[in-house]
Amino acid sequence: MGRKLLLDKAHIENIRLYDVYRREGGYRSVEKALKSMSPDAVTEEVKKSGLRGRGGAGFPTGMKWSFLAKPEGVPRYLVVNADESEPGTFKDRYLMEFIPHLLIEGMITSSFALGASRSYIYIRGEYAWIVDILEQAIQEAKNNGFLGKNILGTGYDLEIYVQRGAGAYICGEETALLESLEGKRGNPRIKPPFPAVKGLWDCPTVVNNVETIAAVVPIINEGGDEYAKIGVGKSTGTKLISACGNINKQGVYEIDMTISVEEFIYSDEYCGGIANGRKLKACIPGGSSVPILPANLLLKTAKGEQRMMNYESLADGGFASGSMMGSGGFIVLDDTQCVVKHTYTLARFYRHESCGQCSPCREGTGWMEKILLKIDSGKGKMSDIDLLWDIQRKIEGNTICPLGDAAAWPVAAAIRHFRDEFEWHINNPEDCLRKNYGLAGYADEIHVPVLSNE
Amino acid sequence: MKFSDDKIKEVQRIINFYPEGKQKSAVIPVLHLAQQEFGGWLSSETMDYVASLLQLEPIEVYEVATFYSMYNLKPVGKYMFEVCHTGPCMINGSDDIVKYIYDKLGIKPGETSEDGMFTLKTVECLGACGYAPMMQMGKNYREHLTKEKVDAIINESRKEEKMI
Repeated sequence: MGRKLLLDKAHIENIRLYDVYRREGGYRSVEKALKSMSPDAVTEEVKKSGLRGRGGAGFPTGMKWSFLAKPEGVPRYLVVNADESEPGTFKDRYLMEFIPHLLIEGMITSSFALGASRSYIYIRGEYAWIVDILEQAIQEAKNNGFLGKNILGTGYDLEIYVQRGAGAYICGEETALLESLEGKRGNPRIKPPFPAVKGLWDCPTVVNNVETIAAVVPIINEGGDEYAKIGVGKSTGTKLISACGNINKQGVYEIDMTISVEEFIYSDEYCGGIANGRKLKACIPGGSSVPILPANLLLKTAKGEQRMMNYESLADGGFASGSMMGSGGFIVLDDTQCVVKHTYTLARFYRHESCGQCSPCREGTGWMEKILLKIDSGKGKMSDIDLLWDIQRKIEGNTICPLGDAAAWPVAAAIRHFRDEFEWHINNPEDCLRKNYGLAGYADEIHVPVLSNE
Repeated sequence: MKFSDDKIKEVQRIINFYPEGKQKSAVIPVLHLAQQEFGGWLSSETMDYVASLLQLEPIEVYEVATFYSMYNLKPVGKYMFEVCHTGPCMINGSDDIVKYIYDKLGIKPGETSEDGMFTLKTVECLGACGYAPMMQMGKNYREHLTKEKVDAIINESRKEEKMI
């Protein structure tokens, strides 16, 4: 049984309420930080912890904080990114719904470290009922002296506000989020300047994911060094994984990044195996934008080593044979699923969500959607596969924000690993409407060539 | 067109979230409020009213209202079924749910039933992938949908409507 730092108390009855949360040891990190530490010391602990951003990019949080500009007399802001919209990802929702005070506690401690006196939670508009949960938690924290003026008599002031979005995946990109928070269309900004220098209302701003900020609580309580002991290598601490698709137990799991992908899928502690006695065909391990892998490459790396549930191992082999930890949105496909159709729904998603600023993304996502629909409906030509490849290649790296890459990668990986399934659709235009390509050789053991220098 | 006194208080509460002079930030939450209060969609009249409340140019409101998918720019039914159909929901049978609603109510995605009761809409990922198939209905999510559940939701909406 892995260690749990974030969700260990999530199942306690009424933990959503301040009194219960406090009784269970809540808000200790605020007391410790505000009463016995300097803001820089808090940042130092976060640096030592090795915590990496849990939103998808995995950038070291302590380093991000240390980039924050601190000009005299200019307000600084902490903005929590709760715009969780990456298909397959529903972990932040779980955390906010069941243990909202953990986020509020993490925000107070983090805002203190950053010198912010006004912080925002930007939450996706569809999570409307969670806004009420968060606002209640904020009010309770305020009633108990953890928010407002002169917190715990230390002279530190902080207000937290919840801002609701209105339906736009792109607002999960931090500069688009800031535009939206300023009351504008969610068009990402050109960087530099980075938000750390010029963010919300042109002031220095740190934007962090919900889970990242929640992790600050155990880091301050136990110390950065202790936190860094959990996990492996540069994958320190615990990670929330939201698992969905064709598995027996869909849901949100907290893992300590030392378990294998195989254990995560098949053990009863986590996903409980593939549903309905079917076989594992493919998986997108970190949210829809990371590369899809066939069963064989998911469970073992190209070198034949067991693949583990951490940043490094999931990325082992680069995009040729690996994937990414991403946001922890773990989507499992069994042998009755069609990779072409699944990829089509993702391409449609990215077309719908492209903000339209950059031509490669605005036009390219539409083209990819159309071609994938054509192939999926048995009207594709062999040359369409190369055309798709060409389009995704022209999007990647050619846009202001990473949405272009996020749209290109799933298509590229589907072609890279499942090209024969695409070809089968094109060669069998009638059959592909009724039948399925099935498991084919996607779970077969990969023979690793033994190379020698002689 | 005017918000009730209670809603004006709510607008004021929202404006206070931001530093002095930054009330433009309130446009997204206030548009949500306006859509809820003025018939479930945003007419140009509604958007102009929001602009006047926040001291913005009307175009500043229009450009926001047309960007975000939760704002309805056309009238919709009293009950909106927003069924997610992105990958993880598709795997779990969202297409069948959409088809079932069509069979039951005779409306395709984007259409409203003749009695003005129901609008069907397909939407992209709502962050409920582990509880699929699902749809959003007003402020809440309806998850692990089955045909029986859809029946129950339709009946419950009709009953609620009669009570009003």
